[in-house]
Amino acid sequence: MNGEPVIEVKGLQKSFGELQVLKGIDTVINKGDVVFVIGPSGSGKSTFLRCLNLLENPTGGQILFEGTDITDPGNDINLHRRKMGMVFQQFNLFPHLSIMKNLTIAPIKLLGKSKEEAEKTAYTLLERVGLANRANAYPNQLSGGQKQRIAIVRALCMSPDVMLFDEPTSALDPEMVGEVLNVMRDLANDGMTMVVVTHEMAFAKEIASRVLFMDGGYILEENTPEELFGNPKNERLKSFLSKVI
Amino acid sequence: MPQWLQNLADRFYTNFISENRWKYIADGFIVTVEVTFFAVLIGIILGFIIAVIRSTHDKTGKLKIPDFICKVYLTVIRGTPSVLQLLIIYFVVFGSVNISKVLVAIIAFGINSGAYVAEVIRSGIMSIDKGQTEAGRSLGFTYAQTMIYIILPQALKNVLPALGNEVIVLLKETSICGYIALQDLTKGGDIIRSRTYDAFMPLIAVALIYLVMVMLLQRLVAGLERRLNSSER
Ligand SMILES: Nc1ncnc2c1ncn2[C@@H]1O[C@H](COP(=O)(O)OP(=O)(O)OP(=O)(O)O)[C@@H](O)[C@H]1O
Ligand SMILES: [Mg+2]
Repeated sequence: MNGEPVIEVKGLQKSFGELQVLKGIDTVINKGDVVFVIGPSGSGKSTFLRCLNLLENPTGGQILFEGTDITDPGNDINLHRRKMGMVFQQFNLFPHLSIMKNLTIAPIKLLGKSKEEAEKTAYTLLERVGLANRANAYPNQLSGGQKQRIAIVRALCMSPDVMLFDEPTSALDPEMVGEVLNVMRDLANDGMTMVVVTHEMAFAKEIASRVLFMDGGYILEENTPEELFGNPKNERLKSFLSKVI
Repeated sequence: MPQWLQNLADRFYTNFISENRWKYIADGFIVTVEVTFFAVLIGIILGFIIAVIRSTHDKTGKLKIPDFICKVYLTVIRGTPSVLQLLIIYFVVFGSVNISKVLVAIIAFGINSGAYVAEVIRSGIMSIDKGQTEAGRSLGFTYAQTMIYIILPQALKNVLPALGNEVIVLLKETSICGYIALQDLTKGGDIIRSRTYDAFMPLIAVALIYLVMVMLLQRLVAGLERRLNSSER
């Protein structure tokens, strides 16, 4: 059902030693939302995203995933992470495993799927992103765009409830950006809940249901893409947009 | 037969055939192989455990006490001569018990090589990009599962040549077994020398045997490396 909260962020804070990067973030990501996070370099976008699945440990506040406070140390974060797919700027495919093994290792080891079952799912998803013919290749035989599409499929193979993207196209040659954005667009159209950190403003305008502008450790403005890009209210957002667009 | 050839044949006969002296070398060879093989096994297991403890501590700050114990062990083993370690384990640690010298040597060299293997494997683990751990953890793998399925296979592959070298070093290092009167290959050759008063024949023979073993090991490692690499092309 659309509209149910998937992730609720309450007063999230994160410091690295003396440096406080997140000073109090509040937001709710609902089922089917495609939330884009924008902001200047160093504003804490990646840190925010990585706090959502606890790759970074918050130093304050709460993160509720499907109603459970995952910052509570009594919670097994590994169980929750299975349902939160993550895609990295640097792809981070496993170079010692074939593409098929990259895609099936987690479903087999963690979800107890049989090899056949896991490969069937992987194969269907590979066909969707047009890479079914590369199942037996190794990551370093692929182009950057292909690697990132595989990385997305790897996360999807766990049938996650939400997908987190940290600048998925920033490490790509320009001619390969489109193929990755196409896959993300398909996912959004299929109703996947997504949180995307990006510098691709045009893409944000196109598919976001909501855009967050972060700076100085806070969300300074949060709105539909039409409003946020067309009629920005925050001064820093205005000057940011004037620089990037 | 020319005189020099006749001479060589005579010396060969005295050193290896008469009184079945070749047996010193054959028996010594078996001891050397035995000690090396099992010491390598112990060294790899020990080194592996230590490497995982140390790198887990480096990455997460956990396991403070085990890490400290490992550091003491590494410092002591790498800071003292291996002959002395062998002597101490034989005369001090096992001084009052009746235990086979081969076993003592296996334990001593195993403990010794564990220290070197540990640092080799640790450097392999630390060389793997942090993004690999993050990718593993983000899928829901625990720290241990990420280590086993993702980090260690890559780390071990990277350090395989260095590990092969470690085996070669250890094989040669076992030639100090004579210090506890264990008759390994080197000692075997030396016993023949002391019986026949001919140093050249037995010592050169022993040296050649070591050389052949080392060269075989080198080829083995190279072959293994090729096979592992081809799986990624
Ligand atoms: N592990 C860390 N240790 C110390 N400081 C960190 C760490 N990770 C991030 N920071 C600091 O936190 C701040 C925010 O970093 P973050 O990567 O979240 O920014 P960002 O908005 O994603 O920037 P970019 O657009 O460049 O990716 C930066 O000043 C960065 O140097
Ligand atoms: Mg970033």
